[in-house]
Amino acid sequence: MQIPYNAVERPDTGLYNAKLGIWLFLASEVMLFGALFSSLVLLRVNATTWPHGWEILNVPLATVNTIVLISSSVTMVMSWASLLEKNFAKFRRYLGGTILFAFVFLVIKAFEYGAKFEHGLLPSTSNFFATYFTMTGLHGLHVIGGIIVNIYLWGPGSKMWTTDPARFINRIEVAGLYWHFVDLVWIFLFPILYLL
Amino acid sequence: MEHVATAPHTDHAHLHEEELGFLRNYIFSVDHKVIGIQYGITSLLFLLFGFSLMMVMRWQLAYPGQPIPYIGEWFGEMNAPGGIMLPEFYNQLGAMHGTIMVFLGVVPLAVGAFGNYLVPLMVGAPDMAFPKLNATSYWSYFVGGVVMLASFFIPGGAANSGWTSYAPLSVIATAGQTYWLIGMVFLITSSLLGSMNIIVTIIQLRAKGLTFMRLPFFVWAQLVTSFLLLLAFPPLEAAGILQLMDRLAGTSFFMPSGLIVSGVPMENSGGGSVLLWQHLFWFLAHPEVYVLILPAMGIVAEIIANNTRKPLWGYRSLVYATVFLGFMSFIVWAHHMFLTGMGTTISTFFQTTTMIISIPSVIILTALIISLWGGSIRFSVPMLFALAFLPMFGIGGLTGLPLGLAPTDIHLHDTYYVIGHFHYVVAPGTLFALFAGIYFWYPKVVGRSMNSTLGKIHFWGSFVSINFIFMPMFIQGLAGVSRRLYDGGAQYTHAQGVLYLNEVMSVAAWTLGLFQIPFIFNFFWSIWKGKKAADNPWESTTLEWQTPTPPGHGNFLKEPVVVRGPYEYSLPGASKDFSPQSES
Ligand code: HEM
Ligand SMILES: [Cu+2]
Repeated sequence: MQIPYNAVERPDTGLYNAKLGIWLFLASEVMLFGALFSSLVLLRVNATTWPHGWEILNVPLATVNTIVLISSSVTMVMSWASLLEKNFAKFRRYLGGTILFAFVFLVIKAFEYGAKFEHGLLPSTSNFFATYFTMTGLHGLHVIGGIIVNIYLWGPGSKMWTTDPARFINRIEVAGLYWHFVDLVWIFLFPILYLL
Repeated sequence: MEHVATAPHTDHAHLHEEELGFLRNYIFSVDHKVIGIQYGITSLLFLLFGFSLMMVMRWQLAYPGQPIPYIGEWFGEMNAPGGIMLPEFYNQLGAMHGTIMVFLGVVPLAVGAFGNYLVPLMVGAPDMAFPKLNATSYWSYFVGGVVMLASFFIPGGAANSGWTSYAPLSVIATAGQTYWLIGMVFLITSSLLGSMNIIVTIIQLRAKGLTFMRLPFFVWAQLVTSFLLLLAFPPLEAAGILQLMDRLAGTSFFMPSGLIVSGVPMENSGGGSVLLWQHLFWFLAHPEVYVLILPAMGIVAEIIANNTRKPLWGYRSLVYATVFLGFMSFIVWAHHMFLTGMGTTISTFFQTTTMIISIPSVIILTALIISLWGGSIRFSVPMLFALAFLPMFGIGGLTGLPLGLAPTDIHLHDTYYVIGHFHYVVAPGTLFALFAGIYFWYPKVVGRSMNSTLGKIHFWGSFVSINFIFMPMFIQGLAGVSRRLYDGGAQYTHAQGVLYLNEVMSVAAWTLGLFQIPFIFNFFWSIWKGKKAADNPWESTTLEWQTPTPPGHGNFLKEPVVVRGPYEYSLPGASKDFSPQSES
């Protein structure tokens, strides 16, 4: 049995299955984070006091992290482009770069968390910290999910390049779309939590 | 190129199919039909379980404070000392009845089982677009169900804050609530994977010639339902995460400042909003009611067309109404919150949208009723259930209008009237449609038909008793009897005049239980002893009947090519009174 349109696009929709699938998945993710951002707005508007992020959070570290994550998105695109050029070695280098950047992001994030915990600033301290930890934590989980997928595609999953290259390119494209979304969520989180 | 690429792998899998063994073929299968059956059996068991909880509760409502006969001791001294149900236990049963019926019973049956089994067949596909995700979806549902069941056995018992889990009560509730939240995360994951899969399958895997306007209405209903699941569940997931944080990390998302519980001030930082929970919850839970009803409408439409032997009346209007209803269902949620003090401007907005959304529902119901006109109706068992659906859903829908208007809702909110209203929609409405679907597609799945005498006993017994359960609820509700009362209103003066109805409803509920026995017996007996069914026993037009019975792995013997719409019955000039979609 053979499921059609895994590797090639369906002519009348112009999509292969996984591409439609990932867009649907991302739509649901938009609703998830959309609900959290709306909750944040609602809580903040109704709060009697709400600190400015830059007064208590580490803006320089977060700026570095923003750059790290954007770079990882760039390498992700490059890895996909390398496959289109049929250059597998280059693909691996770039995807490896993405994975590395993602780890750097998490390490920096861990430092930030650690510093807060040391000062006794916990999720229960105030609703500001509650939203900060919950939203960055959930974003962190998405980063970890992305790392797992990318490591799989870098390692064992990349065997598909020899058996079914068209489908493998699709997989990298789909993983890339997810990764850009994770990046995008951070681009929203950074100003809203740290700069406002 | 696609063929060259993956063929070796698939052929290999195909050859070894028989050798995969019992586990891979029946338990961890990735075939949409096996997964559909797994969903079906599991959800039917949950429906029976959720109903049993209610049969026990109905004892307490009819005879408050009297020991439950025969089975009272099963619940233990913690829950029912001397067989007498404690209020805490009543609350657990009530919350879990709602949760199980909605999230573990009806939706998995309507979408997980019917959607999974039928959608690929009806669009002429070999399987779902993502078979492995499909299996993951079922197992995630399974784990969610196990977590929910396990919560009955922990100290403090299962969740007891209602299926709505309103904060702050739910935040300070016993550990069962944490289980509830974790269970919900699994269920939401399951529905996310399932709905993605159904949408991609419908859009990408339609057979040649099967344009959107040739899709059976059932498929349209599944498509819109899947979009609702995909987009409405994530906000509840977000809310669940926030509530978990409140319970486990001591945050105050839903905990207001200055909250005092049993004389003890809470130590939270405060500043949270209880209304935030309600908004997030109902943002899911209103679309969820359309998730409960749309697949049912889809099933009823198929069965009506087949048993009247003529095309559905107003197919296009049905489709457009369904799509419009899907959109609108995202902007009506706060009609559940008129009494929260959210303000008259907001109330006016939501009451307007609620009146607007009733229009497509009326269109759908009207189209289905007009479809009966002038048909030479076959009163088969599925058709009886489908016919009963129409007035039952009608009652449920019409009684909803006063709830959607703020002035009348002030009187009716949180009374038994509400319970009567939505049960007319989901019990003699959706459940009857699901029964209709089971009787209708059983021959395709099993290869044998269910017995129709037993089916008729099941139908008439259920139809009469179910009305004796839910009709009196309107009377009690109009008299002002609140829902979620442990004693059914016995302690209230205003309830005394309608108290006798509690016994009527309870006896009717147990009678309804008895009338499920012919169904259960029929269901199993027919697997081995039912009348052998042909490939197309109902002489139907849609693609699922053009497969061998039961369909093998990969479904169709040759790739179907669709040449006409879904309901070409009694075509003038045709040799027989049905013209299958793929027959040229
Ligand atoms: C057919 C048999 C059924 C009977 C006899 C029944 C009976 C009841 C009764 C008496 C209540 C009110 C309990 C109270 O307020 O204390 C209730 C609540 C509820 N039922 Fe059912 N029900 C049935 C089927 C269903 C189905 C099929 C669904 C959903 C699809 C459902 C969903 C609910 C929900 C969501 C609640 C509210 C629970 C809460 O208060 O949190 N029920 N049911
Ligand atoms: Cu609603």
